[in-house]
Amino acid sequence: MAKEECITQWNKTGDTSTLRNRKIFPTSEKTLQTPSTLLSKDKNSQNAGHTQCSNGTSAQLLAREKFSKDPPTRVLLMLVVGLSFSTRLYKITEPPHVCWDETHFGKMGSYYINRTFFFDVHPPLGKMLIGLAGYMTGYDGTFPFIKPGDKYKHHNYWGMRGFCAALGSCLPIFAYLIVLELSQSHSAALITAILLIFDTGFITISQYILLDPILMFFIMAAVLSMVKFNQQRCSPFAASWWLWLVLTGANLAGALGVKFVGLFVILLVGLNTVWDLWRLLGDLSLSLVEIAKHFLARVVGLILLPLFLYVTIFAIHFVVLNKSGPGDGFFSSAFQSRLIGNNLHNASMPEYLAYGSTITVKNLRIAGGYLHSHWHLYPEGVGARQQQVTAYLHKDYNNLWLVHRQDANESQSGTPDLVRHGDIIRLEHKETTRNLHGHLHEAPLTKKHFQVTGYGINGTGDTNDLWQVEVCGGQNGDLVKVLRSKVRFLHRATGCVLYSSGKTLPKWGWEQVEVTCSPYLKETPSSQWNIEDHINPKLPNISLSVLKPHFLEILLESHIVMIRGNSGLKPKDNEMNSKPWHWPINYQGLRFSGVNDTEYRVYLLGNPVVWWMNLASLGLYPIMVAVVSIAIQRGFSLSQKRIEHSHVLMREGGLLLFGWLLHYAPFYTMGRVLYYHHYFPAMLFSSMLTGITFDILLKSTDLILRPPYSDRLQTLGQMVLLFSVLYSFYLFHPLSYGMTGPLAHEPGSTMAGLKWMDSWEF
Amino acid sequence: CVSMLQLPLVVTAQVDVVLLLVSFLSLWTRLTQLGYPNAVVFDEVYYGQFVSLYMKRVFFIDDSGPPLGHMILALGAYLGGFDGNFVWNRIGAEYPSSVSVVGLRLLPAVCGSLCVPLVYLLTLELRFSHLAALGAAVLPIPISFFLTTSDDPSGLLPENSLIVQSRFMLLESVLIFFLLLAAFSYLRFHNAAPHSVFRFGWLLLSGASCAAAVGVKYMGVFSYLLLLGVASLHTWNLIGDRTVSHLSVCVQCVCRAVCLLVVPLLLYVFWFYVHLTLLHRSGPHDQLMSSAFQASLEGGLSRITQGQPLEVAYGSQVTLRSSASQPIPCWLHSHKVNYPIRYENGRGSSHQQQVTCYPFKDVNNWWIIKDPDRQDLVVSSPPRPVRHGDVIQLLHGMTSRFLNSHDVAAPMSPHSQEVSGYIDFNVSMPAQNLWRVDVLNREAESESWKTILSDVRLVHVNTSAVLKLSGVSLPDWGFRQLEVVAEKHFKSQSVGWTVEEHRYGTSQEQKEREAELHSPTHIDVDRKISFWAKFLELQWKMLTVKLEDSEHKYSSSPLEWVTMETNIAYWLHSSTNAQIHLIGNPVSWGVANLSLLAYQLLAAIYLLRRRRGFKDLPDGAWCQFVCLGCVCVGGWLVNFVPFLLMEKTLFLYHYLPALCYLHLLTPALLEHTHTHLLSRATHRRALCVCVTAVLVSVFLSYRTFCPLTYGSPELSANQLQGLKWRDSWDILYRRR
Repeated sequence: MAKEECITQWNKTGDTSTLRNRKIFPTSEKTLQTPSTLLSKDKNSQNAGHTQCSNGTSAQLLAREKFSKDPPTRVLLMLVVGLSFSTRLYKITEPPHVCWDETHFGKMGSYYINRTFFFDVHPPLGKMLIGLAGYMTGYDGTFPFIKPGDKYKHHNYWGMRGFCAALGSCLPIFAYLIVLELSQSHSAALITAILLIFDTGFITISQYILLDPILMFFIMAAVLSMVKFNQQRCSPFAASWWLWLVLTGANLAGALGVKFVGLFVILLVGLNTVWDLWRLLGDLSLSLVEIAKHFLARVVGLILLPLFLYVTIFAIHFVVLNKSGPGDGFFSSAFQSRLIGNNLHNASMPEYLAYGSTITVKNLRIAGGYLHSHWHLYPEGVGARQQQVTAYLHKDYNNLWLVHRQDANESQSGTPDLVRHGDIIRLEHKETTRNLHGHLHEAPLTKKHFQVTGYGINGTGDTNDLWQVEVCGGQNGDLVKVLRSKVRFLHRATGCVLYSSGKTLPKWGWEQVEVTCSPYLKETPSSQWNIEDHINPKLPNISLSVLKPHFLEILLESHIVMIRGNSGLKPKDNEMNSKPWHWPINYQGLRFSGVNDTEYRVYLLGNPVVWWMNLASLGLYPIMVAVVSIAIQRGFSLSQKRIEHSHVLMREGGLLLFGWLLHYAPFYTMGRVLYYHHYFPAMLFSSMLTGITFDILLKSTDLILRPPYSDRLQTLGQMVLLFSVLYSFYLFHPLSYGMTGPLAHEPGSTMAGLKWMDSWEF
Repeated sequence: CVSMLQLPLVVTAQVDVVLLLVSFLSLWTRLTQLGYPNAVVFDEVYYGQFVSLYMKRVFFIDDSGPPLGHMILALGAYLGGFDGNFVWNRIGAEYPSSVSVVGLRLLPAVCGSLCVPLVYLLTLELRFSHLAALGAAVLPIPISFFLTTSDDPSGLLPENSLIVQSRFMLLESVLIFFLLLAAFSYLRFHNAAPHSVFRFGWLLLSGASCAAAVGVKYMGVFSYLLLLGVASLHTWNLIGDRTVSHLSVCVQCVCRAVCLLVVPLLLYVFWFYVHLTLLHRSGPHDQLMSSAFQASLEGGLSRITQGQPLEVAYGSQVTLRSSASQPIPCWLHSHKVNYPIRYENGRGSSHQQQVTCYPFKDVNNWWIIKDPDRQDLVVSSPPRPVRHGDVIQLLHGMTSRFLNSHDVAAPMSPHSQEVSGYIDFNVSMPAQNLWRVDVLNREAESESWKTILSDVRLVHVNTSAVLKLSGVSLPDWGFRQLEVVAEKHFKSQSVGWTVEEHRYGTSQEQKEREAELHSPTHIDVDRKISFWAKFLELQWKMLTVKLEDSEHKYSSSPLEWVTMETNIAYWLHSSTNAQIHLIGNPVSWGVANLSLLAYQLLAAIYLLRRRRGFKDLPDGAWCQFVCLGCVCVGGWLVNFVPFLLMEKTLFLYHYLPALCYLHLLTPALLEHTHTHLLSRATHRRALCVCVTAVLVSVFLSYRTFCPLTYGSPELSANQLQGLKWRDSWDILYRRR
C-alpha cells in the first residue's frame, strides 16, 4: 500500500498542475491525512512509519520544487556561500610564519613533493591533498617547517592555506543544506549557517595548513549525501539514488583517509543504513529479492567502494613516497628494502651470521623495534639495578650488538666461523660493552616474565649471559640467514625466550618498549627476531634481494604502526592535557601563534556566545523531546503543525544528536593525549541541532501568545539570535584574525574585558 | 498470581521442597570446613587490613570501592569477636587461635550460598509471565520444574570458581548476591498484580539492593543502570496505557522514581555516613585528605591544630601545605643549601637557596608572614589579618631568606620559573619577593586568610606567576624532595596552599624565634566541618586517587576470562602441595558460553523472521524471550564490557558477576528449546538425555577440581599435572 502511494505521488510531482493545487491548499490536504496517521500509529507502528515516509516525501518533494523555483532560496544560499568564503579567506596569509601544527602537516606535504618516506599516525589522504595543493600553487617543497614561528619568507604557502580554507568554507554551506533537507525550514538552516559562519573557532581552524578542515569537509559531505540519499527513498535504483549512494561512499573513504576520526561518521552512516534496511525488511510488499538488491547495492556503495578508494589512497601513498626518510625505523626490514636510499635497498652484506660480526636485531612483531641498550640503569625497585635493555623504533648507534662465542676467545685469523642453529652465543652491546643478560627477577611491566638487563663489563660476565640461537623451523647445524631467518634467543640458565612485550616503559625507560624474557615458549612474532644489519669486514658482501612485501602486507603493517602510534601519544608531564568536558563549555582554547604581548597572536577559541548557545540547546533538546513524546504517548491530540515539528525534532534532531554523541563520547574512553580541536566535528552536529531546536522553539511561540503577537515574538527571537551572534563575532574576531599588544587581562589591551573565563589565555 | 492460587496445593509444596533442597546443598558446599585453611588466602590480605582498621576505628581511604563491602566484612569480624590485632602482611600467614577465621569468612559465604536459591527464584520469576500467559499452567509446570531444578544448580551450585570466591573474606559473592536480589525483587514487583500494595515493597527492596550493590563495588553501577533502563521502559509503557488515569500514572511514576532513584541515593550516602561515624581516629591515610578533614579526626592533625588562631595575620608563623595531593602531600620547605651553579645538563641556575616541597613535618617548613612595608616580625596587638588581594613577603623561619622568584628556568621544569630563598650575590639580580594572596574559596572580596580552611594561591607580583608544585622530584642535590616552581600559565589545580600549623609570632630576635619554632603549638578552639563536606571530599578522593597500578603475576585481560585461559593461585600450603585455585568448572563454563551464542543466534533468527511477518512464537512467549535476554544477556554485557575499556589491573574474579547471568541463561534457554523448538516427543526425550549427560559431566568435572577448590585432599605432582587442562594455567608444584 505504501509503495503504491509512493508511486502515485511520484507521478503527481511530474504534473505541475496538481502541485500548484497542493501549494495553494496545503492545509486541507494535510488535515485529511492526519487521522490516518494517528490511527495507524496506534494500531501498528510499522504501517505508521510508511505513511509518514510517504507523507514526508510528498512534503519534501513539494518543498524541493519550491526551493529551486523560489528566488529567496538561491539568494540565501548565495549569501551563505559569500559570507562563508569571505570570512575564511580574509587575511589568509597572516601571520606569515608557521603556526601550531602546520609544522607537522606542512612538513608532510613537503615530503610528498620530495617523495620522502615518513611516518605519521594519521592516514595519508589529508597530507597528500595538502601536498598536491602546494604543488599546484607553485610551492617547491623546500621549506623545512622546523618549528612554529619560523618565517615563510619567499616560500609559496598561501596555496596550502587557501586550499584548507576553501574546504573549511564549505562547512557552513553543507550544514545549511543538511538542515534544510532535514527540517524543510529556511530559518533553521539559516540559524545553523550563521552559527558556523561567525564562529571564531571554525574560522581559525579553517585558515591554516591542518587536517581538520579537510576531515570535516569529508564528514559533512558524507552526511549531506546520506541525507540526500535518504530523500531518494521512494525512487530506489534511479540515477540520483545511485549518485548519492556513491557520493556517500566516496566521502566516507575520504573522511577515513584523513584521520581515523572518520570512523565515527562511518558508524553514523552505517547505523543509518542498518535502520533503513530494517525498515525495508519490515515492508512486506517488497519481495526478498528486492530487499537483497537493496542490501547488495548498499554493500557495494557503502562498503566495497569506500574500501577500494581507501586502499587506492594507500597505494598512491606508497608509490609516491619511494625515498628513504625519517619514518623507516618504524617498519619491518622487508618494508624498508623498497625505499631508495635505505641501507636495505639493494642491500649487500655477508649472507650468513658469523661470530665477531656487528649486528642489529629487529623484533618481528609489527612495529617491533630494535634490540637496544643505553647507559641507564633500571631504577630502584624494578628488578636488579642493572643496565636497561629495551626495544627502540629509531635507528641509533645503541642498537648495535657484537656476536661472541660462549667462551669469549675469538679466533683472530682467517675467516670467522658462522653461527649455527643450536649454538650458544653471547651478545655484547657495542657502545657500553655490557652483555645481554637475563635472570630470575620480575620484568618491569610484564610481571609474568623475567627481566633482561645489560651486565658485565668489556664482555666478561657470567653464565646468565648465554643465549642459544634457534632458527625457526630449522635443525641443528642450519646457518642463520641475515634478514630472512626468524631467530629466537633462548636463555640458557632459565630456559626463557627473549621477548618484546610491546608495552611502553615509563619515563625512566625513555618511553621505549619493554624487552623481557618469557617463560612461555610458544612461537609468536614477539619472541622472534631477525638480523637486520650485519657488518663483518672479514666476510664478502653479497647482494641480497630481500623478499619484496606484498601490497596488502604493507597496508596491514602501516595500519598497525599507525594505531600503535596513536595510542602511544600519551600526555607528557609539562603539556596541558585538555579534558573532554572542557570542550562544550569552551573552557580553554589553543594557542596557534604567539604567547607574549609583543607577538602577533592567534588563539583558537570558539565564539563563546555561539558555543554556549549550543550548550543551551543540548540541554533544551531533551526537555522538548521529553515533553513532546510524553504528550504523544499519553495520547493528547496535537495540531498538524505540532506533529510535524515533533517528527522533525525527534527523528532528524535525533540523528544529529546521535552524530554529536558519536563524535564526542568516544573521547572519554581514549587514553591518548587530547586537544580542544578534537571537538570540532562534534561541534558541527551540535550547531545543526541548535538550528533545528531553536527554530522549533521559536515557532512554538503560539503556545504562550495569540497569533499576531506570537509571530512578532518569533521574529524578535530570530533577530535577537542574529544580532547577538553578529555582535559577539565583532567582539571576538581578533582571536582569529590576529591580535597584538598587551594580553587581555592587562589594561590597554584591545581585548580588555573580553576574558570572560579565567582559563582563556589571550 | 491468581492462577497460581488455583493450582493444587501439592505444586506449591513441591516448589518449597526444591527450594529448600537447593538452599541446603548450596549452604553445604559453601560452608563446610570454612575455617580451612587457617591462613590468609589471597586478597584477604588486602581486605583484612581494612577490617582491622574498622575494629580500631582508624580512618582509611580505599580507592577500590565504596565502604559498604568493607563494612559487611568488618561486621562479620566483629560478630566473630575479632579485635583487629593481626598483621596482614603476606598471603599464607597462619591465623593465631585468637582470630575466629569462620567469623571472618561467614558473611560472604552465606551471601554466596544465598545466590543459588536466589537464582532459582529469579528463573521462576522470569518464567512466571510465560506461565500466566499460557493460561493452562498445569502441564508445563512439571517439565519446567524438572528443568529448572536440574539445571539451575548445574549453573551455580557446582561452579568451582564461585565456591572458591564465596568461601573467603572477599567481596564478589556479596556483590553478586545484591545484584541478583535487585533483579529478582524488581521482577517480583513487575509481575505482581497491579493493585497489590506489597509490590512497592518489592520495588523498595530492589532499590535498596541496588544501593547495596553499588556500595560494595562500583561495578554495581552498570547493573543498576540496566535495571533503571528496564524500569523506565516499563514506566514508558505505563505512561502509554490510556486506561489508567493521569493521576494514577503520576503517582506511580513518582513512586517508582522514589524507590529506584531517591532511596538508593540516600542509602548510598548512608553507607558513607556509617563509615565516617565509625572511623573517627586519624590513621595512615590522613595525609591524602585536606587539612580541614584531618582536623576533624581524633588524634593526628587535630591534636596539633587545636586552638590555633583562625585568621592569619602579619607576623604569623605558618606551615604551608600544598592542597594538591599529587604526587604526595607536602609542605613548602627550604634549607641551607643552594641550587647547584650548573645542572647535569649544563643549564645554569641562580645559585640561590633551594625551596622545595617536603612530605614530612620539619622545623624547616615554618614560614613567617611579613608586611613588606614594615620591619617587625611579631604579631601586633590587635593582630592585623591578611586579606584576599594583600601583598606579603614570606620569610623562611630558620634561615631568614625571603621566598623569591625570578626569570630563571626551574631546575627540572625549564618552562617554569625558579623559586628560591633570596641571597644577594651582587650580580644585578634584585630581590623579587612580593607575593599576592588570592583566597580561592573566598565568599567575599575582603575575606581574610584562614588557617586550614582557606585555599590560597600565591601570585608573584613582578611576573604574575603562581607558586606551585611541579610534581617532579629533584635529584640527589635536592635530597629527592619535590620541586616547587612559579608558573605563568597555570592550568591545573596544584596551585593551592593551605596554612596548616599556625601561631602568632612573638619573638623579634632570630635566636628566640628559632627556639619558638621548635616548640609545639598549643591553644584551644574547636573546629568542625559538616558531614556533607566530608562525604563529598571522601567520595571525590576515592574516585580520583590513583595508587600506582602495575601488572600482577595473576592479572589477566577480559578476553581471557571468557575462554578461561587464566586462573589465580589463592593459597598454597606451607609445606605440602595442597592448594586452592580460582578455576571455574570448565564444563559449565563452556555450556554457559554456548548458551550465550545460542541465544544470540536464536534472537537474530526470530527478529528477522518476525520482521518479515512470521510469528514463530506467540506474543507472550516472545515477551518472555526478550525479557530473558534483557536480564541475562544484558546483565552479562553490563558486567563484562566495561572491563574491556578499563585500564586497571584485572583479575579473573572480576568476571564472576557476569558469569552468574550466563548460568541463569542456560536452563531458561533449554526450556525454551524444549517447549517451542522441539515438537516431537522423541526430540524432547533426546534433549532430556543430552541435558542429563551434560549434568553428569558438569558434576564430574566439579568433583575433579574439588581438591583445588577446597584445598584438600593434597594431590601429588602427577595428579596436579593431570588437572592442568590448559597450558596457560599456573598450577604450583612444590619441589621436593
